[in-house]
Amino acid sequence: MVTQQEIDKEIAELAGRVTPGGHPPRLYPPYRSSILRSPRQPLTLVTDPDAIELWTPVFGTGDVTELDADLTVRHSGEPIGERITVTGRVTDRDGRPVRNQLVEIWQANAAGRYVHRREQHPAPLDPNFTGAGRALTDANGDYRFTTIKPGPYPWGNHVNAWRPAHIHFSLFGTAFTQRLVTQMYFPGDPLFAYDPIFQAVTDPAAQQRLIAVYDHDRSVPEFSLGFRFDIVLDGPSATYFEEDHQ
Amino acid sequence: MSELASEPSSAALSRTWIEHRPTGQGVRLEPTPSQTVGPFFGYALPFPGGPDLAPAGHPDTVTVHGYVYDGAGNPLPDAILDFWQAAPDGSRTGTPGSLRVDASNGELLGRDGVRFTGFGRVATTGDGHWALHTLPPAADAPYIAVGVFARGLLHHLYTRIYLPDAPDDALLSGLTPERRSTLRAREDATAAAGRAYRFDIRIQGDESEETVFLDFA
Ligand SMILES: [Fe+3]
Repeated sequence: MVTQQEIDKEIAELAGRVTPGGHPPRLYPPYRSSILRSPRQPLTLVTDPDAIELWTPVFGTGDVTELDADLTVRHSGEPIGERITVTGRVTDRDGRPVRNQLVEIWQANAAGRYVHRREQHPAPLDPNFTGAGRALTDANGDYRFTTIKPGPYPWGNHVNAWRPAHIHFSLFGTAFTQRLVTQMYFPGDPLFAYDPIFQAVTDPAAQQRLIAVYDHDRSVPEFSLGFRFDIVLDGPSATYFEEDHQ
Repeated sequence: MSELASEPSSAALSRTWIEHRPTGQGVRLEPTPSQTVGPFFGYALPFPGGPDLAPAGHPDTVTVHGYVYDGAGNPLPDAILDFWQAAPDGSRTGTPGSLRVDASNGELLGRDGVRFTGFGRVATTGDGHWALHTLPPAADAPYIAVGVFARGLLHHLYTRIYLPDAPDDALLSGLTPERRSTLRAREDATAAAGRAYRFDIRIQGDESEETVFLDFA
């Protein structure tokens, strides 16, 4: 396996590039798993206004309950760790709220351990924490989760590779073309510079859009620290003009 | 206005920018960048009955199945596919009820076996295999849209599954025969029961191998 110094050098060579939407390139060699898992052929542009991808799956109140957004009440006891609330608004690129759509999250526990059989990190599991949650955005596009702050964890990309603490997010928009899977990071994490997954977003301004903001007004007294993570979904929507004229 | 139009230089500015920006002014917000789904989604994203889009026992049910391969021809044991399609009557609006949560214990029940929601989700097994049970999509939207997510994929990929008898639409007509064939499921006579089709997804390969992936710009 290569050293952190070699990965740092590769990251530095690619740093600063501005990419469409700030999205990472699919091939980013410092993230070794991307080398054989990225297309070589150009993508094919679809402009058909009747494309099914301009509509989207729908989820309802039978699919998600309010309790699914609280990851700290799944078991008989309180999970170990710093309790946090993560809130934010989901919009499209024109600032229109994405209403009543599904937001799914998953994360490691406070010790940096996932509830997953393939997970090799010898940190303790927490019997009171699974680390998966779901919510529907409300009429303003807002979502809210109660959870605990995940720990950083080691992984096998290179020697001494550590992931900054993060919460995985999966989102649906007003079109299937707006689908997003991303990761939310915490401000000031010392591991950002060393992590090829975070650094795959090569534009520094785009990197900032992956980092939640600590928001003291959203901290709940005697209960939790508040982080705000607003999410802007990319991609076209079939309902653009229809909604614009309402 | 210059502040609104400029690139946010910090997370704090980004937040202000979103909150105070009036909508409908033609100013485009910068999107949240994609990140890989990673290897550990298995206890969060799959749900019971995720592959079973077709209502229980429906006589028109078809099975579409295959493998997901990387550029070395190795199957991906840690990919997850989202499927989205029109209903057999051509309806594109979808129906809730894919997940269905049991309010008493928070467990997911999966679909009710009656409603066709249009949405399915399947994680590959350790050998890279996946299988979907669905109804053939309508003739005016004759394909199943697929979102491909996996460790190593920093941004998901879109493709489409066309069953053998689906007409050539605008997308298929614009492709070379070689590329077009990557989007056609093939009859699978070896399947044990019912109508079955094979559709492999090759994330990386030469022109004749690599699956056509789509950009909606
Ligand atoms: Fe992770």
